[in-house]
Amino acid sequence: MINKVVGNADEAIDGIKDNMTLMLGGFGLCGIPENSIGALVKLGVTGLTCISNNAGVDDFGLGLLLQGRQIKKMVSSYVGENDEFERQMLSGELEVDLIPQGSLAERCRAGGAGIPAFFTPAGYGTEVAEGKEVREFNGKPHILESALTADFAIVKAWKGDTSGNLIYKGTARNFNPPMAMAGKITIAEVEELVEPGELDPNFIHTPGIFVQRIFQGEKYEKRIEQRTVRTRS
Amino acid sequence: MLDKNGIAKRIAQELRDGWYVNLGIGIPTLVANYIPEGISVEFQSENGLLGMGPFPYEGEEDADMINAGKQTVTTLPGASIFDSSTSFTMIRGQHVQLTVLGAMEVADNGDIANWKIPGKMVKGMGGAMDLVASAENIIVAMMHANKAGESKLLTECTLPITGVQCVKKVVTNLAVLDITSEGFRLLERAPGVSVEEIKNATAGRLIVGGEIPEMHL
Repeated sequence: MINKVVGNADEAIDGIKDNMTLMLGGFGLCGIPENSIGALVKLGVTGLTCISNNAGVDDFGLGLLLQGRQIKKMVSSYVGENDEFERQMLSGELEVDLIPQGSLAERCRAGGAGIPAFFTPAGYGTEVAEGKEVREFNGKPHILESALTADFAIVKAWKGDTSGNLIYKGTARNFNPPMAMAGKITIAEVEELVEPGELDPNFIHTPGIFVQRIFQGEKYEKRIEQRTVRTRS
Repeated sequence: MLDKNGIAKRIAQELRDGWYVNLGIGIPTLVANYIPEGISVEFQSENGLLGMGPFPYEGEEDADMINAGKQTVTTLPGASIFDSSTSFTMIRGQHVQLTVLGAMEVADNGDIANWKIPGKMVKGMGGAMDLVASAENIIVAMMHANKAGESKLLTECTLPITGVQCVKKVVTNLAVLDITSEGFRLLERAPGVSVEEIKNATAGRLIVGGEIPEMHL
């Protein structure tokens, strides 16, 4: 059993330098590595390429790194909900690569799975297909998409053990498992860090082999982006 | 003429027992409120949830339980949760029987545009390109005209497209239309709407054959 525990977010992100490529799990503000993002803000690294489905909101999530002009390029599928992002994109300060959500997820998975590229029908005939190889399978055109990897992948889980096994909660799982597999170094922050043996091996979502560093986050705000409720009748 | 709820109600009539269905943001979300009696369907949310339930009661919102529109939701008994690549395995692998989504423009060959207005709005395509490229059955839910009063049913999309020749059916506030190789085929009129009004509101090729019935809602 290998111990991967680091003391806190600052220790976890040790080695992240200017101009590196990072993957960050989460969908909207759900399942994002809040503590690590906070540490990156403090560290002040710049020129980052961030692969993440979304770009946070103005004052939370990746929006915090955008505010500090720490991101050079975003690779995402949907970037609404963020005025500063839109401003930086339209002014040309920020490079943006928009990718269909399923292709983004699969490109991360492929990166971790040792599959350099794959064909998908998503985006055929659109701007996304520009410059990409097209091939027909079963009479249907597909485009070639390449795998994504990152210098560091940063994911957030509900529970994790000291050897890096992870369990996610609810839809906070989203991009975290495929990204956890695609980092040269994968950092996992968890709400609850437990000893080996406390998590049932049958219910591990991300096996510890994919995780190099793990820590329990100091606190989780877990902000809700769209609070929708029904009233009791 | 239908309102947004009317459009959703008409689309709900297309649901079949045992289907897995992905509903997009906006009018499509409302379809879940009108599932016909005696029909069981499960809603897929592409952020990684199958068996999506209604919004939670006040005070029971969970930041870790959202839909693809980032709204707080609940799960129904029998629900399952999975990661994003598994979610799009379901979509790309054609395990989802019906996709309902909104559009800014639909062309009479089935092309759809709903992700970008150059120079104005660039929010991204999210899962829309994956959905339209793979779904076998795609219904578009939208108003017949845009806010400027211009037809959204065209001979060719003017905005950057999301997918080619993929839309099968369009339900608007005025009509239900199929996409055929000869263009839009008018199937039903909204209550109180004449064929003439639909013709005038449709810029793309429109086939009108015989008596066109009014929708039953």
